Amino acid sequence: MSIEQAFLIAVLAGTGTYLVMHRTLTRIILGLGLLGNAVNLLILTSGDEPGQAPIVGREGEFTDPVPQALVLTAIVIGFGVISFLLAMAYRAWTIDGNDEVEDDIADRRLAEDTGTVAEHGEPT
Amino acid sequence: MSELLPLAIVVPLAGAALSLLAIRSRRAQRAINVIGAVTTTVISIVVLIGVDRDGTAVASMGGWPSRIAINLVADRFSALMLTVSSTMLLAVLLYALGQRADDERSRWYHPAYLALIAGVSGAFLAGDLFNLFVWFEVLLIASYVLLTLEGNDGQIRSGTTYVVLNVIESFVLVTGVALIFAATGTLNMAELPERLAALPDGVRMGLNLLLLIAFGLKAAVFPLFSWLPDSYPAAPSPVSAVFAGLLTKIGVYAIVRTQTLLFPDSNRTLLLVVAGLTMVIGVLGAIAQSDMKRILSFHIISQIGYMIMGVALGGVAAITATIFYMLHHIPVKTSLFLVEGIVERETGSSTLNKVSGLARRSGPLAALFLIPAFSLAGLPPFSGFLGKLAVVTEGVDQASWWIVAAALAVSLMTLVSMLKIWTGAFWGEPKPAAPEGQRPGILHRHPMMSAVTTAVVALTLAIALFGGPLYRFCERAAIDATNTTTYSTAVIP
Repeated sequence: MSIEQAFLIAVLAGTGTYLVMHRTLTRIILGLGLLGNAVNLLILTSGDEPGQAPIVGREGEFTDPVPQALVLTAIVIGFGVISFLLAMAYRAWTIDGNDEVEDDIADRRLAEDTGTVAEHGEPT
Repeated sequence: MSELLPLAIVVPLAGAALSLLAIRSRRAQRAINVIGAVTTTVISIVVLIGVDRDGTAVASMGGWPSRIAINLVADRFSALMLTVSSTMLLAVLLYALGQRADDERSRWYHPAYLALIAGVSGAFLAGDLFNLFVWFEVLLIASYVLLTLEGNDGQIRSGTTYVVLNVIESFVLVTGVALIFAATGTLNMAELPERLAALPDGVRMGLNLLLLIAFGLKAAVFPLFSWLPDSYPAAPSPVSAVFAGLLTKIGVYAIVRTQTLLFPDSNRTLLLVVAGLTMVIGVLGAIAQSDMKRILSFHIISQIGYMIMGVALGGVAAITATIFYMLHHIPVKTSLFLVEGIVERETGSSTLNKVSGLARRSGPLAALFLIPAFSLAGLPPFSGFLGKLAVVTEGVDQASWWIVAAALAVSLMTLVSMLKIWTGAFWGEPKPAAPEGQRPGILHRHPMMSAVTTAVVALTLAIALFGGPLYRFCERAAIDATNTTTYSTAVIP
């Protein structure tokens, strides 16, 4: 792995993580895209030195072709999942006009009720 | 024998494609789905019998040598899990057809369901880590579609959490897979034990933790469980039944596989602590809830703790206990959600203060709930008692007293929360009141749903009745699973 690759992966993973922490679904999706690319590049680095073509003429040094096959599969899967998430974000937007990820309703109700929870004899 | 293994994946996948082509005809979709599910179940049973007789079956795709090929591997453990899960998938499908709701709301139900079957089969049969990841993705994407089938507000809200968390989990898993490949140069589970053993301890522990985090989120162990009670209740009942019965258990399967095969002598104290906390926090969550689906969802978490406890204790006897526990838990949990589905269908709600007096309206329905409920709590003579007895005995043998205490206390609290459903929904005056002039009981009005639920409950009783032979089978499966040389020599002779 070269230092440039490591740096690129770190930047992508860092910005991706930052975006995933947001509450708007669009930013989360962008963040997931960046994180996915960071992971894909990481797979690529497991195939030894960069820059060489995999198995050409079977002579001399060549890069391991397996990670390239793996990364291809991972890219396709990532593409499918991101498309699904985009469709979901669009659906959320058509339902209530924003794409904020809401709290779990029952959690919120339970939190609001904590004053009355004790009356039911909760063991917690 | 081994030529059957790809069929367990190909048949449902082909069915999913056909089902998409037949998108205009609901009847054709139903027929395709039932044929696909029945065929997969039959294949899995044949594989199970064959594997038990002849030992591990291996199919190398494309005729490549098994060292570099994509392998499908069925040993006793994976064949058993494959059989139980495909049977449950078939049962829930028939139940959903009886309910006649899901596929009328969406034409995508049948293709997604068949893709889910293919993903589950693939995950159990995968012989290398990368394909395990790929089949996990197949079943996850199918589950995203099933969870958000109606696309209403609640499903989109809880679906978002579910999808985003699972995507992040996939990234962790791929990172683990990439680093394992970088460290060892292979992903074949038959070659990995030897190559991983040669690595420094620190590196091996790091790789193990990455896989544990990824599969732990899938299995909903503490502290990675928060997505589960939020998302499962949002799905329609038949969908949440299959999710509750199966999906988390595939995570547990992956944990057992990787712990016994790839990291056989790692220190599992942390895992034992996680198991204890999963049990306790799951059951406390269940007691705090007031909705049937949510109580049952929290129970999944606390039951996962028992399975992880067996893995964490380690050794053939403990793995036997875990496998038996999984075998018993899948049908029990599924049947509880199926009963909940009938209740919701009949009363229009699963909230405990809106429903009551069901026992007076239908005695058989109450019995159908009570049997798996007692089984889940671990009362004799039901299957849960055998499972818990096995896990706890192993804890006593290994003198891990605090986890034994936790397991017994949680068992009692499980019973308490089940009684909460019982007193809430089944006891007291009927509410909402039965509609006028309806003589036939609840079960008669939903014949298909009731028949399937009864069959699954009968299956859990059969597990208790044939506990001895089944336990011995689980023991053979555990010997297969814990012996890395058996697995390796079966795949690479």
